[in-house]
Amino acid sequence: MSHLLEINNLRTHFFTREGVVHAVDGISYTVDRGKTLGIVGESGCGKSVGAMTIMKLIPMPPGRIVEGEILFEGKDLTKASERQLQSIRGNDIAMIFQDPMTSLNPVLRIGYQLAEGMRIHLGMSKQEARERAVELMDAVGIPAARNRLDDFPHQFSGGMRQRVMIAMALSCDPKLLIADEPTTALDVTIQAQIIDLLEQLQDQFGMAMLLITHDLGVVAGVSDDIVVMYAGKIVEQTDTEELFGNPQHPYTEALLGSIPRLDETHRRELANIAGLPPDLVNPPSGCRFHPRCRYATQICVDKEPPLAPYNGGPGHLVACWHYRDSREK
Amino acid sequence: MAKYIIRRILWTIPVLLTVVLFSFLLMKAIPGGPFTREVSLPQQIVDNLNEKYGLDAPWYTQYARYVYHAVQGDLGVSMTQRGRTVTSIVGNAFPVSMQLGLGSFALAMFIGVPLGVIAALRHNSWADYVAIFVASIGWAIPVIIIAPLLIYFFSVRWNWFPAFGWGDTERMVLPIIALGTGFTAYFARLTRSAMLETLQQDYVRTAKAKGLPWGKVVWRHVLRNSLIPVVTQAGPLLGFLVTGSFLTEYIFSIPGMGRYFVDSVTNRDYSIVLGLAVILSAVIVFANLVVDILYGFLDPRIRYD
Repeated sequence: MSHLLEINNLRTHFFTREGVVHAVDGISYTVDRGKTLGIVGESGCGKSVGAMTIMKLIPMPPGRIVEGEILFEGKDLTKASERQLQSIRGNDIAMIFQDPMTSLNPVLRIGYQLAEGMRIHLGMSKQEARERAVELMDAVGIPAARNRLDDFPHQFSGGMRQRVMIAMALSCDPKLLIADEPTTALDVTIQAQIIDLLEQLQDQFGMAMLLITHDLGVVAGVSDDIVVMYAGKIVEQTDTEELFGNPQHPYTEALLGSIPRLDETHRRELANIAGLPPDLVNPPSGCRFHPRCRYATQICVDKEPPLAPYNGGPGHLVACWHYRDSREK
Repeated sequence: MAKYIIRRILWTIPVLLTVVLFSFLLMKAIPGGPFTREVSLPQQIVDNLNEKYGLDAPWYTQYARYVYHAVQGDLGVSMTQRGRTVTSIVGNAFPVSMQLGLGSFALAMFIGVPLGVIAALRHNSWADYVAIFVASIGWAIPVIIIAPLLIYFFSVRWNWFPAFGWGDTERMVLPIIALGTGFTAYFARLTRSAMLETLQQDYVRTAKAKGLPWGKVVWRHVLRNSLIPVVTQAGPLLGFLVTGSFLTEYIFSIPGMGRYFVDSVTNRDYSIVLGLAVILSAVIVFANLVVDILYGFLDPRIRYD
């Protein structure tokens, strides 16, 4: 069976006065029905832009898809008309955003905002949509849902607003849910609740999920596969267990080294990655990670490493001249 | 809400008293008086006149007397136009200024705001550039230039509209355009920038991600939020417009409040100045109250109690 979502060599660039920003620079991945793909990387690595490009939610202009395909159920969304996209947005593919404080319209009632999508896509009447909104709010764990339909967003806490956003995303029973940093703006305790909720709802609704985060801890328990992005490119790609157990790219290693672990026996200093994410207008030559990589050699400066199967495990791709196993030999 | 409105209306009393007090003191601070002439009158006559109009008393007594009569609806008599009460003068002039002001206000709202909306939706297109160019010019050219141009072309050359006066509809057209153009341009720019800011908001992206058609996104999620800054400025503008614009009224010989205001200051006609100041501040206070109430409807985060 074909993949639900297949991204092929996607490039999204922004044409600004300062130059062309290579936000997404040739990425490919697939998401299968009912599965979860985690996309990990630090701020500004292009992971959000990549996700927004799927539904063409980036501002165009200045943004433009310069190359590549986005195949959703075999149809190329890069070639879809605005009308076709409208019938897919919120219906087949739904999205949750990073900041629940600003993602809801402050002047419209929660019930109305929840009902909007259902009335458009499912042709529900006002009353039906309201009833369904109550069920959805119950499902995402908003207490006393019926009484809160006519509340405004400012009457909800951050965590509750994110639940509203999730309820909204689920309202039309999407096949794919794109969650763009769904927990970043929330308290740590609430983060765990939201991730648990997403996982539980995924089972219940049977949808696929694209989970975008800078936090490896968030994707660890939820994702089937993980893509690690750096500076608009994929540097490593494999299943979750393999990535955590056998990371090959120095960047992945560094990311893992920067999380504290509960099972550590001795105290160690948390590692951090020196330097800043690169400038995407003039990305570094060769391997884009080389200025920050402690294993970098001349070849890393001169030549870009291909994202290739690594000889250790099947389906484990890494883009590095000096991936871990090659260093240890 | 009702409580809030009542409280706000009660607040207008100290505001008006203060306005009257300051106008009073300012008028007294200007040298001269209503009976100062180039050829000075005999002292005895001036004294008699001062006594007749109560100007011989100390200023605080005059102030108290004025307030006492004003509360009963008596704003006094004109000191320079014999036999005319302030109430009758204002009663004639205010409706004229109000028509002119409301007309210009409507122009700003019904032309300026939609222009701004269109410019924002066509951001960085030629339509946007044209709208902004025209709006910048409209805002930059003062009435004193627009009005004579309008008169020259539309009255003198083409004879489409009368050049002066007030009353019938065709006389109103040119003054309303003259006074309204600047504000139409101003509101077009204001609306455009408010719209552009709202279009950047996360919740607009959310609305789009829901699969709403663009028209619906704009209508439901952008317009209302963009109108908040527009309403903020529209209230005081309305107050300002309906109380008269001296220049427009002067150029088109319109018997409105603006002209009276200037004339009566020049003539030191204290009672008319005070009467106009009271009306003007009452209108502005009222317009601001309307704005604040409208806010409550536009933005649910604002609640009055």
